[in-house]
Amino acid sequence: MLNIARFAARATLVGASETIQRTTACYFHRSSIIQSSGSNPGRFEDKPEFPGSRSQYVSKLEFIEPESQEGIPVYRVLNREGNIIEESEDPKLPKEIVTKMYRDMTLLNTMDKVLYESQRQGRISFYMTNYGEEGTHMGSAAALDPSDLVYGQYREAGVLLWRGFSLDQFMNQCYGNAHDLGKGRQMPVHYGSKDLNFVTISSPLATQMPQAAGSAYAFKLQKKDNVVICYFGEGAASEGDAHAALNFAAVLDCPIIFFCRNNGYAISTPTKDQYRGDGIASRGPGYGISTIRVDGNDPFAVYNATKAARKTCLSQNRPVLIEAMTYRIGHHSTSDDSSAYRSVDEVSYWDRQDNPITRLRHFMVNQGWWDEEAEKEWMLDARKRVMKAFAEAEPRKRPSPEELFNDVYDELPPMLQQQMKEMKEHVMQHKEHYPLEQYEKMT
Amino acid sequence: MALTLRTFVSAVRSLSLQHRLHGRNVALVTSRGVHFSYVPDSPNPSDGATTRMNFFQSITSALDICLEKDSTAVIFGEDVAFGGVFRCTVGLRDKYGADRVFNSPLSEQGIVAFGIGMAVAGSTAIAEIQFADYIFPAFDQLRNEAAMFRYRTGNLFDCGSLTVRTPCMAVGHGALYHSQSVEAFFAHCPGLKVVIPRGPIQAKGLLLACMRDPNPCVFFEPKILYRAAIEDVPTGDYEIPLSKAEVMLEGTDVTLIGWGTQVHVLREVAEMAQDKFNISCELIDLRTILPWDKDTILNSAAKTGRVLISHEAPMTMGFAAEIATTIQSECFLNLEAPIERVCGYDTPFPHVFEPFYMPDKWQCMTAIKKLLNY
Ligand SMILES: Cc1ncc(C[n+]2csc(CCOP(=O)(O)OP(=O)(O)O)c2C)c(N)n1
Ligand SMILES: [Mg+2]
Repeated sequence: MLNIARFAARATLVGASETIQRTTACYFHRSSIIQSSGSNPGRFEDKPEFPGSRSQYVSKLEFIEPESQEGIPVYRVLNREGNIIEESEDPKLPKEIVTKMYRDMTLLNTMDKVLYESQRQGRISFYMTNYGEEGTHMGSAAALDPSDLVYGQYREAGVLLWRGFSLDQFMNQCYGNAHDLGKGRQMPVHYGSKDLNFVTISSPLATQMPQAAGSAYAFKLQKKDNVVICYFGEGAASEGDAHAALNFAAVLDCPIIFFCRNNGYAISTPTKDQYRGDGIASRGPGYGISTIRVDGNDPFAVYNATKAARKTCLSQNRPVLIEAMTYRIGHHSTSDDSSAYRSVDEVSYWDRQDNPITRLRHFMVNQGWWDEEAEKEWMLDARKRVMKAFAEAEPRKRPSPEELFNDVYDELPPMLQQQMKEMKEHVMQHKEHYPLEQYEKMT
Repeated sequence: MALTLRTFVSAVRSLSLQHRLHGRNVALVTSRGVHFSYVPDSPNPSDGATTRMNFFQSITSALDICLEKDSTAVIFGEDVAFGGVFRCTVGLRDKYGADRVFNSPLSEQGIVAFGIGMAVAGSTAIAEIQFADYIFPAFDQLRNEAAMFRYRTGNLFDCGSLTVRTPCMAVGHGALYHSQSVEAFFAHCPGLKVVIPRGPIQAKGLLLACMRDPNPCVFFEPKILYRAAIEDVPTGDYEIPLSKAEVMLEGTDVTLIGWGTQVHVLREVAEMAQDKFNISCELIDLRTILPWDKDTILNSAAKTGRVLISHEAPMTMGFAAEIATTIQSECFLNLEAPIERVCGYDTPFPHVFEPFYMPDKWQCMTAIKKLLNY
């Protein structure tokens, strides 16, 4: 017994030393011992052979100073007047696509105004607008395949709109009525759609990021021709989960696009309190991730970047990081008053001088695809559509209170069956104290 | 052409800007109805002069005193520099400087760990987690690090001067991630102190005690009270002892135990029980969840023989379970009826079903009747 153990230990040792020898030989073979061509002929110089190393030895004591590096440039296709800057970069999107982009951007804008207002009036409990970031939504959504999986943060309603989520569906979710696909369980703007491959929004920040990497890895194993896109804010990028996501995606060669909406703020926190590097894009290379920074207010730049990123993901099985620079024109949410931490002038600068909607409209007008008449007509139509959906969603009853218990598990365990029964009995005995008339009937 | 376009575009733009920026509001709790009526506490005359303060102002007052008297004290967390999303740190940055009151990057594990490190190095660290629902990225730091620092280093090092403040409990419309009561998770972490005040006077005294206690504290602030609860709060420095429950109403028939917002629900229940059924309730605010005050609870349970414990957190493994077990093992023979728990259901906290989820006064009344008819 003892002897066998000793023998085994010895065998292991022998094995190990063999491995070491082989590895060394291999390193020796691979390493490039070169003859120096400098003033010291005949002296051999070697290269660092630390695992994974791919650089040189140097004899000068020199730190890498981030300030001395040039900022990562911002890729742009359209200038603020809506003109294509470099002909070669024109995505040459057909009129129908560009018009759809524009209509969806402005429809989103109209919906935001109505729902924001409805929260102010106490009709819904909460809302978050997308003002100023519409270009990031439509530019990226248009470049994806509808079967690509989306993980959002919460300020990406335009991506869903592009994919065909109806105004009805948006409104039903915000009201948490019986038609809400999420069954009234989450706060407004926590949309999701299985049909449209949009994973339901979750409030805790950055949690979706490593999940998205996992989904992308599963796609790869399943040999799907799809990518995952994961949207996140520059604030959320400070979470530990963001690091895990980027690193996992890189190490496991996941076909995923990390799409950062850098809108300058995380609630009141400006980017200078969030990071000291060159934005989020500068982190990409550190993870070994192909990276680009784009003008998020230029829907075509976003489109080109996303399209190319998707291609990289699929053809090379590797992640891509896109940092879209934009600006949050609205308050963070209906719970926020941004005048407490930024000036109205700052906001109006972005609204007036660098607005994605305006830029795309300029482009369309320049092309002769759009004019004042079309604008007026469409804005009227957009408002009508939004108001119609709004009016229809509001009176709808909420789901039956039984839905409080469903979906905790795939089926109700006995404990929850009992709690549901107790809740129903209690409520039926004290009907006068519960707003039953607002809910669908319990069975 | 260009001119027409410009005028037309700017007309649309100015319209929309006005719309985008109109409407303001400063904190999450809007003036919606609350599910309890708030009865203000009276200040202790020996604590000196008072000012009317709501809950968040009393927190600010406690923080202000701590920063003023303790030159090592710092406050940080997401959005605290401009005053915090619940306005608890308003004015403190101006008064004490950006080195001592600052925004942290958006990372809860970073916030708590940074606080532990500051505490280890001799500062008083007061960290804010924006919502208790978002404390979980920091759970590792709290559970494995803060709670065990003193123990695992043989008391060579400790992070006792760390206090983590965070808003908790239901607010009427917070749904899954702005409503949770997470105290029980932390009650399972020996080494931490866990405190939940019920109103402004209590909040200030307990928070001052936490910030000065030589152990790491997690301080939960029931967010629905930030504006809804207003009291005459002593303006000076005072502390309310930790690990001491308070008998708020004396009674003979039933003991009601709660903490945070639920204390107010139970106070109303006690009144209803008295008025409608002539039942005399003894109401206890536990105040500190860990280490908790067994004596006060056991004395009351032994006296009344009937106990109702109520919290918003889910029933299973909620802190009521711990209290109930302790009572039954230590005063079994005094009990006239099985202990009742009225708690949240074993589900996530839902948005539109909140009225059905909440352990409200009607459910508590039903439980009291059960206790008496046993
Ligand atoms: C884990 C976690 N911590 C804190 C919050 C509260 N919170 C909600 S949004 C937000 C700011 C996020 O900023 P950013 O990621 O830049 O997105 P933006 O709102 O700018 O689109 C914060 C702190 C949260 N939802 N989750
Ligand atoms: Mg942001």
